[in-house]
Amino acid sequence: MDIGLKEIEYIANLSRIALTDEEKKTFKKQLANILDYIKKLNELDTDTVEPMAYATDLKNVFRKEELTPSLSRQKILNLSPSNVNGFFKVPKVIE
Amino acid sequence: MKYEVVMGLETHAELNTVSKLFCGCSTKFGSEPNTQACPICLGLPGVLPVMNERAFEHSLKAAIALNCEIGRFASFDRKNYYYPDLPKNYQISQSYFNIGNNGYVDIVVKGKKKRIDIHNVHLEEEAGKLIHPEKSDDDYSLVDFNRAGVPLLEIVTEPDMRSIEEVESYMQILRNILLYIGVSDCKMQEGSLRFEASISLCEKGAKVYGNRVEIKNLNSMKAVLKVLAYEISRQGDLLDKGKEVLMETRLWDEVNAVSRRMRTKEEAHDYRYFPEPDLVPVWIDQKWIDETKKTIPELPVNKRQRFVKEYLISDYDAGVLTEDIFLADYFEACVKLARNSSKELSNWIINDVLRELNERKINIQEFTVTPKMLVELIKEKSTVGNAIAKEVFIEMVNTGKNAQSIINEKNLAQLSDVDELNTITANVIEKNPKAVEDYKRGKKNALAFLIGQTMKMTKGKANPKILTEILKEKITTGPK
Amino acid sequence: MLLHELTASKVRERITKREVTAQEVVEELLEWINLKEPLIKTYLCLDEDGALSKAKEIDEKLSNGNKVGLLAGVPIAIKDNMCTAGVKTTCASKILENFIPPYDAFVVKRIKDEDAIIIGKTNLDEFAMGSSTENSAFQITRNPWDIDCIPGGSSGGSAAAVSADMAFMALGSDTGGSVRQPASFCGDVGLKPTYGRVSRYGLIAFASSLDQIGPITKDVLDTALLLQVISGHDNFDSTCAALDVPNYISDIDRLDDVLKIGVPREFFGEGLNTEIKSALMDALKIYEANGAKLVDLSLPHCEYAVATYYIIATAEASSNLARYDGVRYGHRSRLSSDSNIVDMYSQTRAEGFGNEVKRRILLGNYALSTGYYEAYYLKASKVRNLIKNDFEDAFKKVDCIICPTCPTPAFKIGERVTEPLEMYLSDIYTIPANLAGIPGISIPCGFTSAGLPIGMQILGKYFDERKLLKMAKLFENETDFHLKRPKLNQQV
Repeated sequence: MDIGLKEIEYIANLSRIALTDEEKKTFKKQLANILDYIKKLNELDTDTVEPMAYATDLKNVFRKEELTPSLSRQKILNLSPSNVNGFFKVPKVIE
Repeated sequence: MKYEVVMGLETHAELNTVSKLFCGCSTKFGSEPNTQACPICLGLPGVLPVMNERAFEHSLKAAIALNCEIGRFASFDRKNYYYPDLPKNYQISQSYFNIGNNGYVDIVVKGKKKRIDIHNVHLEEEAGKLIHPEKSDDDYSLVDFNRAGVPLLEIVTEPDMRSIEEVESYMQILRNILLYIGVSDCKMQEGSLRFEASISLCEKGAKVYGNRVEIKNLNSMKAVLKVLAYEISRQGDLLDKGKEVLMETRLWDEVNAVSRRMRTKEEAHDYRYFPEPDLVPVWIDQKWIDETKKTIPELPVNKRQRFVKEYLISDYDAGVLTEDIFLADYFEACVKLARNSSKELSNWIINDVLRELNERKINIQEFTVTPKMLVELIKEKSTVGNAIAKEVFIEMVNTGKNAQSIINEKNLAQLSDVDELNTITANVIEKNPKAVEDYKRGKKNALAFLIGQTMKMTKGKANPKILTEILKEKITTGPK
Repeated sequence: MLLHELTASKVRERITKREVTAQEVVEELLEWINLKEPLIKTYLCLDEDGALSKAKEIDEKLSNGNKVGLLAGVPIAIKDNMCTAGVKTTCASKILENFIPPYDAFVVKRIKDEDAIIIGKTNLDEFAMGSSTENSAFQITRNPWDIDCIPGGSSGGSAAAVSADMAFMALGSDTGGSVRQPASFCGDVGLKPTYGRVSRYGLIAFASSLDQIGPITKDVLDTALLLQVISGHDNFDSTCAALDVPNYISDIDRLDDVLKIGVPREFFGEGLNTEIKSALMDALKIYEANGAKLVDLSLPHCEYAVATYYIIATAEASSNLARYDGVRYGHRSRLSSDSNIVDMYSQTRAEGFGNEVKRRILLGNYALSTGYYEAYYLKASKVRNLIKNDFEDAFKKVDCIICPTCPTPAFKIGERVTEPLEMYLSDIYTIPANLAGIPGISIPCGFTSAGLPIGMQILGKYFDERKLLKMAKLFENETDFHLKRPKLNQQV
């Protein structure tokens, strides 16, 4: 299974992970290896098989509509790398 | 116009639950930033979502009210994309098994009914709020997560709308439906009702639609109408010049009244939807659907038609009365009490009640004048006259007292006593010989002047009918 | 016997009988940990002060004659991917290096409520992704039986701590074998409960439809005890079953019926170490001697389990790990925080994640991306159903299934780090249970000629942990493998 450099770059961008050229090469090779192994699944005819999306048979699990206390703002912001005036601060987002 | 315009609308309505979709944080609008957040809605490591039952019930109710097909089960999926207001960098939404599919809304444009198909209705979580500093050289943005996780209903139409009027009618009717069934307060100024539009132009009769332009984050119906009008002319101009309309996402710039391209790169909407493993499916049986149906009131379009037929009022008046379910209820309560004066009641409500509500910026549920009080006032009108009745009405709104006690207190009952009126009119005739002469010579206006003078002396309380008769008689028969 | 050598049940008994104080237990244990930790490196964080003050609290309760919990005074180690309020929880990742959760995981709350003492947080493969604990961003944990070998993973720190008597019991998490495999490599008992038996709330997610928390202990009774405490419904986990929890401890020594044990051909074929195979054969004989019937069995789709797993687990992980973006908590890159948001994300994640985590995020996003969803994710979800059906069919014929936990014993440090696929294949026997959602336990059943522990795996029906524990206890009663300790435990 071959996977192109363009594809690696596309996925890296989807994943929001900056890769060096060296890393791109290494991951390209390793992913190709793994995908090659995964190809094994094509031996099975699954046309009539239902996908198993859940690991349990549970259904209709709800919580009652009621208020519970929020976390204190100080506790919330203490976790953050950067904040100002009660807000989380991030590099400028351009729309 | 040589092009056909093809438009579709996505509507986002925040559901009016007190707590968020997956945690117990408050959904209250306008609080201090980041005071309504917890580990769950902040997407801290290790947290899991548990569905708010009422949010799901509201969504089901909306899907049924919008005539959707309800599947045997609904399930949730992750929509993966990075944005700083999205705590987990995926949104729990629905893609594969929505709550409702293939519904419709009937709209009315210029008296003609048209059916707008609904592609799907689904439930998802709201994002937080991103704030851009006012100074353009500030190189940061701010995030408030109070809104993150508020339940959000998305209603997606097919590209069925062909004119701005249709879009307008659809938005109004949809909003009314959501308000009627009580699932959203639809407050556009608070962002709890928002739209995204898609629009393409093609030659009339063409089989293939043109390239589609999407416009995001439209916070008012007016903005939707403006941007669509703008796009119709922009895309029309491009096509006139033989240029291509680019498939892209645009934003509406309210200040400059133009649409512009979004600058953020979107990797071709590769949202990588897959089933949300932290939630389980919701199975919906017929019993649940039937029980939900029972909670859905008569919807605005039907109510409007019924009002015209049953109460013999104009379609326009029926439209005004049914815009708000509580106003419609108010009207019907009045009609029931008064039995037959529906046209007059409708006039009172549309002119006087709505005026007072607007002036006081309150809604009908907060109004001091109950249907019973209004009906009593209208009964009193025959004795006090129209002008006094209007005065009494204002007093009722201000004090909350009923008509009878105001009339008594202020001694506003009409003067119908013939003897007293005889004395007063004699006085008026004596003082205005010229007018009397004029009337005798056939000047009809002169009588109105004399009536006016009498009214002045009785402070408007004179019964106009009796008064007119007495005056006419006195003048024609002459002084005794 | 020194205090730290006792099992959890025994030390609890001695504390509650007031033969020893909880404080003495903690002090003695800390002394031992401080002696061995430099060599084995099991802990990422020791909470000495917290442990001592909790110990005093329990001693006070006891001296006042108050009722105490099921784990009164027992020092427990927690894998560092479960949130502990006020105590650093890192997932062995730089991206959470300084993260202090503001809340307790459900299991942490449960064991605290039962008066356990959390002694520290143990090492793991970063975000539980790995089979050797070599993927920790902070340290390499060694196998107490042979310090040149890996302890297994990803709960390697927990397994090594229990094996080296550096904790009386521990919690691990198991997504593809991460409790059972290190338990097997370190000579411990390790149980992966049925999916939905134990709440995942507060377990930092790797693959949500596969993750399950489980005990790692010195013997079967301790596993039963810890499972008793952590099982049951939680309103904060939609996937957690609302079923009653049976008593796992009472009657653990009684097996009433004649049991039918399934022996799946596919788990004894090519690739299985011969010493392990013969240890398993001997173990099966012990069951036969105790009246069990062996049934030859096929699980035809299990050979596709690893391929299936690496699609589903990575797809879910790619999404679960998207939240580490430097906005609300955790590491943020200093390099680009002034430029634009996309660079900030990409640099933060490049700096914060190790190679294995990156590899899996990339693979997961690939499997979900436009044009590949059907070929990979959907295909794998279908094969997953086939694997589940294999087990459902099998359990119509047998009461449980016995097979090796791993195809090889613990391998050397560094041996498989350059070949991800080879590493992945070491979980070939444990992954099917996660895909199907069934419970599995690994218990010691022998040693290789090199003196490394061998693990036997017993797989059971949904929510039938009770039978697994009884089966395991029967074997333990007949053998003494679980009593053997690493040589290193004697060198004081």
